[in-house]
Amino acid sequence: MTAFDTELEIDRSQMKVTDEVAVQIVKMNKWFGTFHVLRDIDLTVYRGERIVIAGPSGSGKSTLIRCINRLEEHQSGKIVVDGTELSSDLKNIDKVRSEVGMCFQHFNLFPHLTILENCTLAPIWVRKTPKKEAEETAMHFLEKVKIPEQADKYPGQLSGGQQQRVAIARSLCMRPRIMLFDEPTSALDPEMIKEVLDTMIELAQEGMTMLCVTHEMGFARQVANRVIFMDQGQIVEQNEPEEFFNNPKSDRTKLFLSQILGH
Amino acid sequence: MADTHSEADLAFVRETMLAQKEPPITETGALKWMRQNLFSGWVNAILTVLALAAIYWILSHILPWIFRGIWDAGSLNECREIRNATYGEGVDAACFAVISDRWQQLLFGFYPRELYWRPILAFVLFFVAVAPVLFDKLPRKMLWFTAISPFILFFLLWGGTIWGPLSVAFGFVIAWACIRFLSGPVGTLGATLAAFILPILYWLFLAGLLARELGNIAPIGLEPVDSKDFGGFMLSFVIGVTGIILSLPLGILLALGRQSDLFLINKMSVGFIELIRGVPLIVWLFTASLLLNYFLPPGTNFDIMLRVIIMVTLFSAAYIAEVVRGGLAALPKGQYEAADALGLDYWQSMQLIVLPQALKISIPGIVSTFIGLFKDTTLVVFIGLLDPIGLSNSIRATTDWNGIYWELFVFIGVLFWIFCFSMSRYSMYLERKLTREHR
Repeated sequence: MTAFDTELEIDRSQMKVTDEVAVQIVKMNKWFGTFHVLRDIDLTVYRGERIVIAGPSGSGKSTLIRCINRLEEHQSGKIVVDGTELSSDLKNIDKVRSEVGMCFQHFNLFPHLTILENCTLAPIWVRKTPKKEAEETAMHFLEKVKIPEQADKYPGQLSGGQQQRVAIARSLCMRPRIMLFDEPTSALDPEMIKEVLDTMIELAQEGMTMLCVTHEMGFARQVANRVIFMDQGQIVEQNEPEEFFNNPKSDRTKLFLSQILGH
Repeated sequence: MADTHSEADLAFVRETMLAQKEPPITETGALKWMRQNLFSGWVNAILTVLALAAIYWILSHILPWIFRGIWDAGSLNECREIRNATYGEGVDAACFAVISDRWQQLLFGFYPRELYWRPILAFVLFFVAVAPVLFDKLPRKMLWFTAISPFILFFLLWGGTIWGPLSVAFGFVIAWACIRFLSGPVGTLGATLAAFILPILYWLFLAGLLARELGNIAPIGLEPVDSKDFGGFMLSFVIGVTGIILSLPLGILLALGRQSDLFLINKMSVGFIELIRGVPLIVWLFTASLLLNYFLPPGTNFDIMLRVIIMVTLFSAAYIAEVVRGGLAALPKGQYEAADALGLDYWQSMQLIVLPQALKISIPGIVSTFIGLFKDTTLVVFIGLLDPIGLSNSIRATTDWNGIYWELFVFIGVLFWIFCFSMSRYSMYLERKLTREHR
């Protein structure tokens, strides 16, 4: 909200939604013990889409995107990521995880490794990339998120915004085809939110398929092509951002929007 | 609230930023330190004086006893005569002559005197072998020596034909060859299984035969020394160090097992840890020395030292497992998730992400377990092994040194203290180093 009071210049030339399916979720259900967190989720994500998932806390939005790379296990229904169906087969899970990048609310950088090592770890061990090549790729993406000079420092020496940008670079080093963002700016000071959102916008401009759980409604309005509103484990409403914000259909959505955009 | 201020009171703009200044003189230096730490109030001042008095009282009794110590005498009676002649009747004076007379025994037990060079060389080589593990600034190539050192050290200490350790080492070559050459044709899992099973079969059925045959063809070797001749500090050191080195990896595996989602592995780890921890070490040592013979086929002579080492290892592994589990639990869940999200498999994420951090958290606990294990090796005296305590008993049993206690225990205590204190300092160095690196 704060970072997007003004209209941004966004280059939309590369931001194209194709009709190729990236993620397909069919009748997916999940329980935590006896608590029904996700109920009959149906969602198809096309390549090139930028989807923002919004909703009150506890509505299941984080759980939904964590199911896509199986940090959470779903109990019924079907999730197909990039043509691979998620089941208890470990091979499929590792394959999906190496294709899907994820950024967390608390960054989750590895504190015992330098920034560069954080970025080269997965390419070297999962993709078996030679060390030198992995380092070149890492430097490329660190330059992209504008912190190449921090490569030899440890995460603890960086600010929150810098850490989150490293986390994005770390995911990008695996050359993912889909990026998941789980409240990437919620743990940041207001001054640092913008630098992270700028990085995300840059990604969107290059045509990355993105699913973002976020409360940054300015970002949703200007970058997303689709906004999904969730409540009580269900998708309550989804629409193009323009329609979603100006003309919400359900009462629940109206209440939510009035609460977060009220000030 | 009523607005009682005028607008002029509220408005303020800072024109120049303030520069940093030195603190007042009374807030620095030795005087400040003493006032703050020793005499910060009446109660503290009194406590400081009392503590100084207590320290003086203790030292004034111990130091003269040590400095009057008599180092050159053939028996306790001779010691007393010298003392009476020099300091007068009834004066306290230590009789360290027992140590100058019997130090070889306290260090080496009944190891043949003309072969002392072997344990001494082994002791030195041991430090060469662990140095690259302890200090990562040393050249990594030294790790090759570390890898072969167990066989060299075993050969030096126990002697016998050189083909024994060599044929055991060959088992590891078999394991390596399985991984290296079978991974392609039969897959990683098959190769790993083969790397476990083939060497074990080889050790059970072929290794002994091979060593004997080769020994007949080319009898190269050192004079064999039996385990029952091992004693003194050397015995404690061999048991303690082997136990420490073996129990760390075993303890880590048990901790991971206890965290595992796999039902059987989890329950087996929990059962093992709780069983071992719930029974005193001395009971396990008696089991090792007496009961194991009932379970083994008649006629097998399972080396007593080996049995003790196995028991001590299992015992401390159970404790290490619990310490490491604490470290694993202290790690934020996000670390596991980030490793998963990047596509690392279980062993990769354990090896690269989880264990380096969890072990760093557990260093103090691990080292105190090791120190405990090292000192607990003195318990082997109860099953008839001659560790330093056992030897002090037998030295006291001779007519020359009948009735001498303190000097022997001081010597043994100092020996143990040197090693335990070094371990503790090393762990502090390691913690500082890792904190500096990781922030």
